[in-house]
Amino acid sequence: MDTPVIKKKLGLKDRYGVMTRGLAWDTTYQPMDKVFPYDKYEGIKIHDWDKWEDPFRLTMDAYWKYQGEKEKKLYAVIEAFAQNNGQLGVTDARYINALKLFIQGVTPLEYGAHRGFAHVGRHFTGAGARVAAQMQSIDELRHFQTETHAISHYNKYFNGMHNATQWYDRVWFLSVPKSFFEDAMTAGPFEFLTAVSFSFEYVLTNLLFVPFMSGAAHNGDLSTVTFGFSAQSDESRHMTLGIECIKFMLEQDPGNVPIVQRWIDKWFWRGYRLLTLVGMMQDYMLPKRVMSWKEAWEMYAEENGGALFRDLARYGIREPAGWKEACEGKDHISHQAWNTFYNYAAAAPFHTWVPEDSELKWLSEKYPTSFDKYYRPRLEHFRAEQQAGKRFYNTTLPMLCTTCQIPMVFTEPGDPSKICYRESTYLGDKYHFCSDGCKHVFDDEPEKYVQSWLPVHQIYQGNCFKEGTDPTKEGFEPLAAVLDWYGINVGRDNFDFEGSEDQKNFDAWRGNSPNKPSGSEGGAA
Amino acid sequence: MSNRSSTQLKALYPYSFEAKDKRENFPAPLLYIGWEDHHLFCSPVCLPLPAETPFGALSQAVLPGVYGAHPDFARIDWNAVEWFKSGEPWQPDPARSLAENGLGHKDVIRFRTPGMTGIAGSFA
Repeated sequence: MDTPVIKKKLGLKDRYGVMTRGLAWDTTYQPMDKVFPYDKYEGIKIHDWDKWEDPFRLTMDAYWKYQGEKEKKLYAVIEAFAQNNGQLGVTDARYINALKLFIQGVTPLEYGAHRGFAHVGRHFTGAGARVAAQMQSIDELRHFQTETHAISHYNKYFNGMHNATQWYDRVWFLSVPKSFFEDAMTAGPFEFLTAVSFSFEYVLTNLLFVPFMSGAAHNGDLSTVTFGFSAQSDESRHMTLGIECIKFMLEQDPGNVPIVQRWIDKWFWRGYRLLTLVGMMQDYMLPKRVMSWKEAWEMYAEENGGALFRDLARYGIREPAGWKEACEGKDHISHQAWNTFYNYAAAAPFHTWVPEDSELKWLSEKYPTSFDKYYRPRLEHFRAEQQAGKRFYNTTLPMLCTTCQIPMVFTEPGDPSKICYRESTYLGDKYHFCSDGCKHVFDDEPEKYVQSWLPVHQIYQGNCFKEGTDPTKEGFEPLAAVLDWYGINVGRDNFDFEGSEDQKNFDAWRGNSPNKPSGSEGGAA
Repeated sequence: MSNRSSTQLKALYPYSFEAKDKRENFPAPLLYIGWEDHHLFCSPVCLPLPAETPFGALSQAVLPGVYGAHPDFARIDWNAVEWFKSGEPWQPDPARSLAENGLGHKDVIRFRTPGMTGIAGSFA
């Protein structure tokens, strides 16, 4: 039989309808609820899926064309960067550690988002939402790939970028982003969208991508800027999807409002905690600074986010619980996070250091009420110790928050001199948290978080050694055995920046032959 | 502290999993210890400690290995130290064991060293 030919060229809107919603049908051999088991059990009521407005009327063929063009430009830049030894053009080898943080902690999240959206894209009964989620799933997979490709050039020359996938599953601090996404992916489909599309993409993504990419631009890293812009143009589509999804749920049924509010509370807090890593990158890891974390927070969270929640008030939605604590944290979290990685630099696959005097001065200016009082003295102490040959490393494992999995480093709202401790008891066992926000998340669904894979506890349970390791053997060194299981090259990937292979190589490449291409001089490995 | 009986968890099937960090999974109960007003060490620490360990061994044998690198540590007057359990003031007996002092798996204790507020008074 011949394929029917549509004779008349369809208008854009009709064409969109045919290419997306026209692909859906109601099942007859099996009941719809059995084929689509997921989109009801969370309690979200949808009365009319056709009311879903697609923010971008994008069809698959248009998607290929548009993204293909973008990708061509991106790979041209990446290639030119490689051919011209772009890695030598960055401000300082310390900057590379921001890229390590990105490949270790952010890129795997893109892959997690891809998986999550693929799942959601299969399981909504509404065709419009299905297509939008599937399209985003492909976006996220592309981001995972292009970021890996762009950073792979640096991997030839610097340490700490060769093992990101294994690290994501094993290394202690990467359990923070991993647990965020696994929490979202194991929630229902509407909660996943609230977590990732709305709270993460819409409310917080600017705080992730803009500082990273402007940081890259300021520090001479054209390759990263380009993948950043390529991804960011998709992010705006994701953000629109996020807000559309929230509005759709809120407009469909008033019963959805309290459910959505609870998810907003939860995922705003989890996302805020996750972005601690970005705050630290911004204030400490960029040799040329763009804006402080505090300034970024004020612009992207307080101004934009504040306006958003005023806008959502008409649906009965208020600003997320924890919003005020988060705003207060802008003066502290980047310093507290850097202190953590300075403490545990032996166990993380990137380098840390004490900022130079000019950088300390910048931090004093940007944080006039907190930096000199609470954070400068410890950094100066660390520097003196390091210069005396006694670089400080914390050798005892930290207490972790059961929910966000970050060491308990955050201080009480209103009192930066006191660590914030919260605890709950569930079925006779105690659980500990870094904040009211994390405690509330646990108390709402303790069944979920009693399963948290807390790296410190896993180490003590003996689950983080290579097979065949005998911890009772004479001379057994637990840290060495854990780092071996992590897959960290001890002495290359970890410890202080000062004296690192990265530092020595970069100085040699730049100092010995500053004006000629030096790719032939060999990489770090 | 809270003890909720009903939760918000929604699932398609009965949802019940064992706690990953129950006592039996560890060689010894975990004890969390924090030093108030001193954040050079970024967070409280987590240590598996046998229940029969005398409480006094903390200040003599355990904590020097944990916090010894801090310039304040050697100056601590252990008789003046204030202890807290789950944030509440608490008076342990150094001669009795951790268990006899009522410490169980995943308890959190803190100690405060009056007059010391870290490097240059910065709580570091």
